[in-house]
Amino acid sequence: MGQLEQLIVPGRFDRLTEIAVFVTQAARAAGLNDDEVFHVEMAVDEACSNIIEHAYAVQSGDINLACTCSTTGQLEIVIRDSGQPFDPVEVPPPNTDAPADLDQLSEGGLGLYFMRKLMDDVRFEFVPGQGNTLTMIKRAKIE
Amino acid sequence: MDIETRELKHVNVVTVSGRVDSSTAPEMEKSLQSLLDSGRNHLILDLAATDYMSSAGLRVLVAMHKATKKNGGRMCLAQPSARVNEVLDLAGLTPVFEVYPDLVEAVGSF
Repeated sequence: MGQLEQLIVPGRFDRLTEIAVFVTQAARAAGLNDDEVFHVEMAVDEACSNIIEHAYAVQSGDINLACTCSTTGQLEIVIRDSGQPFDPVEVPPPNTDAPADLDQLSEGGLGLYFMRKLMDDVRFEFVPGQGNTLTMIKRAKIE
Repeated sequence: MDIETRELKHVNVVTVSGRVDSSTAPEMEKSLQSLLDSGRNHLILDLAATDYMSSAGLRVLVAMHKATKKNGGRMCLAQPSARVNEVLDLAGLTPVFEVYPDLVEAVGSF
Protein backbone atom coordinates (compact mmCIF):
# COMPACT_ATOMS: atom_id res chain seq x y z
CA MET A 1 0.00 0.00 0.00
CA GLY A 2 1.12 3.55 -0.61
CA GLN A 3 0.71 6.89 0.96
CA LEU A 4 -1.39 7.37 4.08
CA GLU A 5 -3.09 10.64 4.92
CA GLN A 6 -5.08 11.27 8.06
CA LEU A 7 -7.59 13.86 9.20
CA ILE A 8 -9.27 14.12 12.59
CA VAL A 9 -12.10 16.63 12.95
CA PRO A 10 -14.91 17.24 15.42
CA GLY A 11 -18.07 15.49 14.30
CA ARG A 12 -19.97 18.61 13.24
CA PHE A 13 -21.74 19.46 10.00
CA ASP A 14 -19.62 22.58 9.53
CA ARG A 15 -16.59 20.31 9.03
CA LEU A 16 -18.07 18.50 6.01
CA THR A 17 -16.45 20.84 3.49
CA GLU A 18 -13.03 20.29 5.06
CA ILE A 19 -13.63 16.54 4.92
CA ALA A 20 -14.62 16.83 1.23
CA VAL A 21 -11.43 18.70 0.37
CA PHE A 22 -9.36 16.08 2.19
CA VAL A 23 -10.86 13.04 0.48
CA THR A 24 -11.00 14.59 -3.00
CA GLN A 25 -7.29 15.37 -2.75
CA ALA A 26 -6.62 11.76 -1.72
CA ALA A 27 -8.84 10.45 -4.52
CA ARG A 28 -6.95 12.48 -7.13
CA ALA A 29 -3.63 11.31 -5.69
CA ALA A 30 -4.86 7.73 -6.11
CA GLY A 31 -5.33 8.41 -9.82
CA LEU A 32 -9.14 8.33 -9.85
CA ASN A 33 -10.89 10.25 -12.64
CA ASP A 34 -13.26 13.20 -12.07
CA ASP A 35 -16.37 11.02 -11.84
CA GLU A 36 -14.70 8.62 -9.41
CA VAL A 37 -13.44 11.52 -7.29
CA PHE A 38 -17.01 12.85 -7.10
CA HIS A 39 -18.30 9.43 -6.08
CA VAL A 40 -15.76 9.30 -3.27
CA GLU A 41 -16.70 12.80 -2.15
CA MET A 42 -20.40 11.86 -2.05
CA ALA A 43 -19.92 8.56 -0.25
CA VAL A 44 -17.70 10.08 2.43
CA ASP A 45 -20.03 13.05 2.89
CA GLU A 46 -23.00 10.72 3.37
CA ALA A 47 -21.02 8.52 5.76
CA CYS A 48 -19.86 11.44 7.90
CA SER A 49 -23.34 12.98 7.92
CA ASN A 50 -24.71 9.69 9.21
CA ILE A 51 -22.04 9.57 11.91
CA ILE A 52 -22.88 13.09 13.07
CA GLU A 53 -26.65 12.49 13.00
CA HIS A 54 -26.72 9.02 14.48
CA ALA A 55 -23.49 7.84 16.11
CA TYR A 56 -23.07 11.22 17.77
CA ALA A 57 -26.78 11.93 18.27
CA VAL A 58 -26.46 11.86 22.06
CA GLN A 59 -22.83 12.70 22.70
CA SER A 60 -20.50 14.33 20.19
CA GLY A 61 -17.03 13.17 19.28
CA ASP A 62 -14.38 13.24 16.60
CA ILE A 63 -14.38 11.71 13.15
CA ASN A 64 -11.08 10.08 12.21
CA LEU A 65 -10.46 9.63 8.49
CA ALA A 66 -7.50 7.76 7.04
CA CYS A 67 -6.92 7.54 3.28
CA THR A 68 -4.49 5.13 1.72
CA CYS A 69 -3.64 5.30 -1.98
CA SER A 70 -2.10 2.39 -3.79
CA THR A 71 0.04 2.65 -6.88
CA THR A 72 -2.53 0.51 -8.72
CA GLY A 73 -5.26 3.18 -8.63
CA GLN A 74 -7.04 2.15 -5.46
CA LEU A 75 -8.18 4.42 -2.64
CA GLU A 76 -9.05 2.96 0.75
CA ILE A 77 -10.82 5.23 3.24
CA VAL A 78 -11.24 4.22 6.86
CA ILE A 79 -13.61 6.35 8.93
CA ARG A 80 -13.71 5.85 12.68
CA ASP A 81 -16.01 7.32 15.29
CA SER A 82 -16.47 6.67 18.99
CA GLY A 83 -20.23 7.01 18.97
CA GLN A 84 -23.22 4.74 19.30
CA PRO A 85 -23.06 1.46 17.38
CA PHE A 86 -24.35 1.49 13.83
CA ASP A 87 -25.80 -1.64 12.27
CA PRO A 88 -26.43 -1.20 8.52
CA VAL A 89 -28.79 -4.18 8.57
CA GLU A 90 -31.27 -2.10 10.53
CA VAL A 91 -31.46 0.63 7.87
CA PRO A 92 -34.13 -0.01 5.25
CA PRO A 93 -33.04 0.76 1.70
CA PRO A 94 -34.97 3.36 -0.28
CA ASN A 95 -37.27 2.23 -3.05
CA THR A 96 -35.65 3.95 -6.01
CA ASP A 97 -38.01 2.33 -8.49
CA ALA A 98 -41.12 3.97 -7.13
CA PRO A 99 -42.13 7.63 -7.31
CA ALA A 100 -40.50 9.25 -4.31
CA ASP A 101 -42.47 9.66 -1.17
CA LEU A 102 -40.91 11.54 1.68
CA ASP A 103 -41.27 8.41 3.80
CA GLN A 104 -39.19 6.50 1.28
CA LEU A 105 -36.24 8.80 1.81
CA SER A 106 -35.59 7.44 5.26
CA GLU A 107 -33.05 9.40 7.18
CA GLY A 108 -29.72 7.71 6.62
CA GLY A 109 -31.22 5.15 4.24
CA LEU A 110 -30.54 7.11 1.08
CA GLY A 111 -27.05 8.01 2.28
CA LEU A 112 -26.19 4.37 2.92
CA TYR A 113 -27.63 3.45 -0.48
CA PHE A 114 -25.39 6.05 -2.17
CA MET A 115 -22.33 4.73 -0.36
CA ARG A 116 -22.96 1.20 -1.57
CA LYS A 117 -23.74 2.27 -5.13
CA LEU A 118 -20.80 4.64 -5.49
CA MET A 119 -18.01 2.72 -3.78
CA ASP A 120 -16.61 -0.67 -4.76
CA ASP A 121 -16.51 -2.01 -1.23
CA VAL A 122 -18.22 -0.86 1.98
CA ARG A 123 -17.66 -2.60 5.32
CA PHE A 124 -18.91 -1.73 8.79
CA GLU A 125 -17.47 -2.90 12.07
CA PHE A 126 -18.32 -2.03 15.64
CA VAL A 127 -16.06 -2.79 18.58
CA PRO A 128 -17.49 -2.14 22.08
CA GLY A 129 -15.39 0.46 23.84
CA GLN A 130 -13.87 1.67 20.57
CA GLY A 131 -16.75 2.61 18.28
CA ASN A 132 -17.56 2.21 14.63
CA THR A 133 -15.11 1.61 11.81
CA LEU A 134 -16.28 2.10 8.25
CA THR A 135 -13.96 1.01 5.45
CA MET A 136 -14.69 2.01 1.86
CA ILE A 137 -12.67 1.24 -1.25
CA LYS A 138 -12.81 2.85 -4.69
CA ARG A 139 -10.83 1.45 -7.58
CA ALA A 140 -9.97 3.36 -10.72
CA LYS A 141 -11.69 1.84 -13.76
CA ILE A 142 -9.26 0.60 -16.34
CA GLU A 143 -9.99 2.25 -19.70
CA MET B 1 -23.83 27.81 -0.35
CA ASP B 2 -25.58 30.96 -1.53
CA ILE B 3 -29.28 31.43 -2.11
CA GLU B 4 -30.73 34.27 -4.20
CA THR B 5 -34.42 34.76 -4.72
CA ARG B 6 -36.05 36.75 -7.51
CA GLU B 7 -39.73 37.46 -7.59
CA LEU B 8 -41.22 37.43 -11.09
CA LYS B 9 -44.80 38.01 -12.08
CA HIS B 10 -46.01 34.44 -11.74
CA VAL B 11 -43.16 32.62 -10.05
CA ASN B 12 -40.22 32.95 -7.67
CA VAL B 13 -36.82 31.89 -8.97
CA VAL B 14 -34.51 30.54 -6.28
CA THR B 15 -30.88 30.26 -7.41
CA VAL B 16 -28.82 27.84 -5.34
CA SER B 17 -25.03 28.09 -5.68
CA GLY B 18 -22.33 25.92 -4.16
CA ARG B 19 -22.67 22.90 -1.91
CA VAL B 20 -25.93 21.58 -0.52
CA ASP B 21 -25.05 19.12 2.24
CA SER B 22 -26.25 18.38 5.78
CA SER B 23 -24.73 21.65 6.92
CA THR B 24 -26.39 23.89 4.33
CA ALA B 25 -29.58 22.01 3.41
CA PRO B 26 -31.49 23.49 6.38
CA GLU B 27 -30.77 26.99 5.09
CA MET B 28 -32.12 26.06 1.67
CA GLU B 29 -35.20 24.59 3.31
CA LYS B 30 -35.71 27.73 5.38
CA SER B 31 -35.55 29.96 2.28
CA LEU B 32 -38.05 27.85 0.37
CA GLN B 33 -40.39 27.45 3.33
CA SER B 34 -40.35 31.21 3.87
CA LEU B 35 -41.64 31.69 0.33
CA LEU B 36 -44.41 29.15 0.88
CA ASP B 37 -45.34 30.80 4.17
CA SER B 38 -45.76 34.11 2.36
CA GLY B 39 -48.08 32.51 -0.15
CA ARG B 40 -45.57 32.17 -3.00
CA ASN B 41 -46.35 28.62 -4.11
CA HIS B 42 -44.86 28.67 -7.61
CA LEU B 43 -41.15 28.04 -7.42
CA ILE B 44 -38.28 27.44 -9.82
CA LEU B 45 -35.04 26.12 -8.36
CA ASP B 46 -32.18 27.23 -10.59
CA LEU B 47 -29.51 24.58 -9.97
CA ALA B 48 -26.98 25.51 -12.66
CA ALA B 49 -24.43 26.59 -10.06
CA THR B 50 -25.17 23.85 -7.54
CA ASP B 51 -22.03 21.81 -7.74
CA TYR B 52 -22.90 19.35 -5.02
CA MET B 53 -26.11 17.99 -3.51
CA SER B 54 -26.28 15.25 -0.92
CA SER B 55 -29.23 13.17 0.27
CA ALA B 56 -29.96 15.94 2.78
CA GLY B 57 -30.56 18.32 -0.10
CA LEU B 58 -32.67 15.79 -1.96
CA ARG B 59 -34.94 15.38 1.06
CA VAL B 60 -35.52 19.13 1.08
CA LEU B 61 -36.34 19.11 -2.63
CA VAL B 62 -38.86 16.32 -2.18
CA ALA B 63 -40.42 17.95 0.88
CA MET B 64 -40.79 21.32 -0.86
CA HIS B 65 -42.12 19.68 -4.02
CA LYS B 66 -44.86 18.06 -1.96
CA ALA B 67 -45.54 21.21 0.03
CA THR B 68 -46.03 23.41 -3.05
CA LYS B 69 -48.34 20.82 -4.56
CA LYS B 70 -50.37 20.63 -1.35
CA ASN B 71 -50.74 24.41 -1.45
CA GLY B 72 -52.06 24.25 -5.01
CA GLY B 73 -48.77 25.43 -6.47
CA ARG B 74 -45.89 23.94 -8.38
CA MET B 75 -42.13 23.58 -8.06
CA CYS B 76 -39.75 22.74 -10.87
CA LEU B 77 -36.01 22.45 -11.34
CA ALA B 78 -34.16 24.47 -13.94
CA GLN B 79 -30.83 23.71 -15.62
CA PRO B 80 -29.51 21.33 -12.95
CA SER B 81 -25.76 20.83 -13.09
CA ALA B 82 -24.45 17.51 -14.34
CA ARG B 83 -23.64 16.43 -10.79
CA VAL B 84 -27.12 17.27 -9.52
CA ASN B 85 -28.60 15.33 -12.44
CA GLU B 86 -26.42 12.39 -11.55
CA VAL B 87 -27.56 12.42 -7.93
CA LEU B 88 -31.25 12.77 -8.86
CA ASP B 89 -30.88 9.82 -11.20
CA LEU B 90 -29.07 7.71 -8.63
CA ALA B 91 -31.87 8.34 -6.12
CA GLY B 92 -34.55 7.48 -8.67
CA LEU B 93 -35.95 11.00 -8.39
CA THR B 94 -35.63 12.13 -11.99
CA PRO B 95 -39.23 11.14 -12.88
CA VAL B 96 -40.58 12.97 -9.84
CA PHE B 97 -39.60 16.50 -10.77
CA GLU B 98 -40.33 18.74 -13.73
CA VAL B 99 -36.88 19.58 -15.02
CA TYR B 100 -36.20 22.29 -17.60
CA PRO B 101 -32.91 22.60 -19.47
CA ASP B 102 -32.86 26.36 -19.12
CA LEU B 103 -34.38 29.08 -17.02
CA VAL B 104 -36.30 30.79 -19.82
CA GLU B 105 -38.23 27.63 -20.56
CA ALA B 106 -38.90 27.06 -16.87
CA VAL B 107 -40.26 30.58 -16.38
CA GLY B 108 -42.34 30.25 -19.53
CA SER B 109 -44.09 27.20 -18.12
CA PHE B 110 -45.76 29.25 -15.37
